Amino acid sequence: MRAVLDVRNLTTRFSTPTGALVAVNDVSFSLREREILGLVGESGSGKSVTLRSLIRLLPSIASQSGEVIWQGHDILKMSPKEVRAVRGGQISMIFQEPTTALNPVLPIGLQIDENLRAHTTLSHRERLNRARELMDLVGIPEAARRLAEYPHQFSGGMKQRAMIAIALASNPRLLLADEPTTALDVTIQDQILKLILDLRDELAMSVIFVTHDLGVVAATCDRMAVMYAGRIVETGTIADVFARPMHAYTRGLLGSVPRVGTERSPLMSIEGTPPGLSSIPRGCAFHPRCDFATNVCRVSQPVTETVEPEHDVACHNSLAVLEAGSPVQ
Amino acid sequence: MPLASFILRRLLQLIPTLIFILIVVFVLVRLLPGDPTSAILGDRALDADVERINRELGLDRSLLVQFGVFVESVFTGDLGRSISLKVPVTELIAQRLPITMLLTAMAALIALVMAVPLAFWAALQRGRAADAVIRGAFQIGLSMPVFYIGLILLTVFGAKLGWFPVGGYGDGFIEHVHHLFLPALTLAFSLSAIIMRNLRSAIIGVVDAEYVQFARAKGISSRLILLRHVLRNALISTVALFGLSIGTLLGGAVITETVFAVPGAGRLMVDSIYGRDYPVVQGLTIALAVLVSVTFLLTDLFQAWLDPRVAR
Repeated sequence: MRAVLDVRNLTTRFSTPTGALVAVNDVSFSLREREILGLVGESGSGKSVTLRSLIRLLPSIASQSGEVIWQGHDILKMSPKEVRAVRGGQISMIFQEPTTALNPVLPIGLQIDENLRAHTTLSHRERLNRARELMDLVGIPEAARRLAEYPHQFSGGMKQRAMIAIALASNPRLLLADEPTTALDVTIQDQILKLILDLRDELAMSVIFVTHDLGVVAATCDRMAVMYAGRIVETGTIADVFARPMHAYTRGLLGSVPRVGTERSPLMSIEGTPPGLSSIPRGCAFHPRCDFATNVCRVSQPVTETVEPEHDVACHNSLAVLEAGSPVQ
Repeated sequence: MPLASFILRRLLQLIPTLIFILIVVFVLVRLLPGDPTSAILGDRALDADVERINRELGLDRSLLVQFGVFVESVFTGDLGRSISLKVPVTELIAQRLPITMLLTAMAALIALVMAVPLAFWAALQRGRAADAVIRGAFQIGLSMPVFYIGLILLTVFGAKLGWFPVGGYGDGFIEHVHHLFLPALTLAFSLSAIIMRNLRSAIIGVVDAEYVQFARAKGISSRLILLRHVLRNALISTVALFGLSIGTLLGGAVITETVFAVPGAGRLMVDSIYGRDYPVVQGLTIALAVLVSVTFLLTDLFQAWLDPRVAR
């Protein structure tokens, strides 16, 4: 399958009064048609900024370099007008907190309509019909009535559905999902995940799914990329990465997930906290927290290597990690 | 319809407000030093005359009865007669209050025209030179006394350049607006400074909000994002402040009308207090209080329109 999105050496810096912070550092990955890629990492690892960097949805203090090739064109080189046509039209995004991401003073119908007006040439009547259709598609009952309602009249799960309806309005080819289930109850989480999976099949979209929840990744994604301190440290299919992690950080993440139905064993945890953007360690950024660290890790940044087919890793001691085995059975 | 029931509820709330206003006005006037009888007769009045006038004015009866008479006459549209000008108070108010209302409305409009675009500019240029200059300029506007700004404008644009009349009210609407422009500008200075500062920080608070980012992610135009998503949400708190400021503006009109010799309700109020013309003071206070209440009502309705959560 061919790639719909090709990200090459994407770097995003924020210039602050105390100096430049590198939030996304030399990130490369590609995404195929209909594929769901999980972008995984702890808070502050740069996964959300990576997602927003793809459509240049960044504050004015940010600067970007690298390439984001979308259907043959580099988004980073597009004019503001061209970027606007991509945003919401071809690439849509849903946010973590539906309560803060929907404008509280505008009816849901209008918030869907805005997207349709920006990206389609439909008439008023056609847009209204499309809005109703979208509400049905995402499973909001009584679409006609609810279009006139405001976000505060929706429950959390319904708000997230409404946000998905807005994002899907103009038939995007790619959906960027920034922790879309984190703010929801567990039962609602499952419904929203299932909805996203169904919609991917129905609309033939690709999805990039940012999350820190490995359970969600295992249940929904085809491939995953693990981020640490602004870099992608390991990429592979879900099966490969879960069964044969090759980066010590990935292995640590997998070990920290509690599981039902297995013999009770103490949870592994990764000691320490992720570094702040202003104090990223030299060498491999993970080395101060790493059980496998050797001298080379302290001085040189590991390069990303394809160790197995479709399984890339940036770790000096990947073979040692591989030999230690996966904490997931 | 939540909005309809909100309007109805809000209208009903006006009733206790009005009753409270009447009580306060009635008590306040009687707490003022001096009394109308001695104002009419002078210091050396005979006791018999004092008694006669007291009886004519109903001041010999108990306070409760006086209040009853007062409320009854207010509701029948009778606010008494001016002691010094010898005309019905309602007539005086009908003459003078529209002038102050026009002055206030013009001041409010000028303040908005000055404040809203500059608040936007300052907020979007936050921390840069333009922001500092705009905030500095408005800080001066806020800290200068109203009468001083008035005198400067009067000297420069009235006396020196002759662009505007130095006093009076003129005939016809165009003339009125021409005459009231400088006083309105004077009043607008401090109000625009308050509005600018409030709106600037409201915009800064909204511009990075997640729903604005989400709107950007939809690919809609920057103009639409600013007007529909940023300005509308930022205005919610500013509208409340603006409504409250109208009351202050009416009070500020007293000074401005004196400086610019505008024959409005503010001037009438000052003259009547000096002349112990109690019926006029009383009537004007009621009229102004009702005006302020109605302004607050309109503010609330506008807010409910801006933010549907208000009407819940």
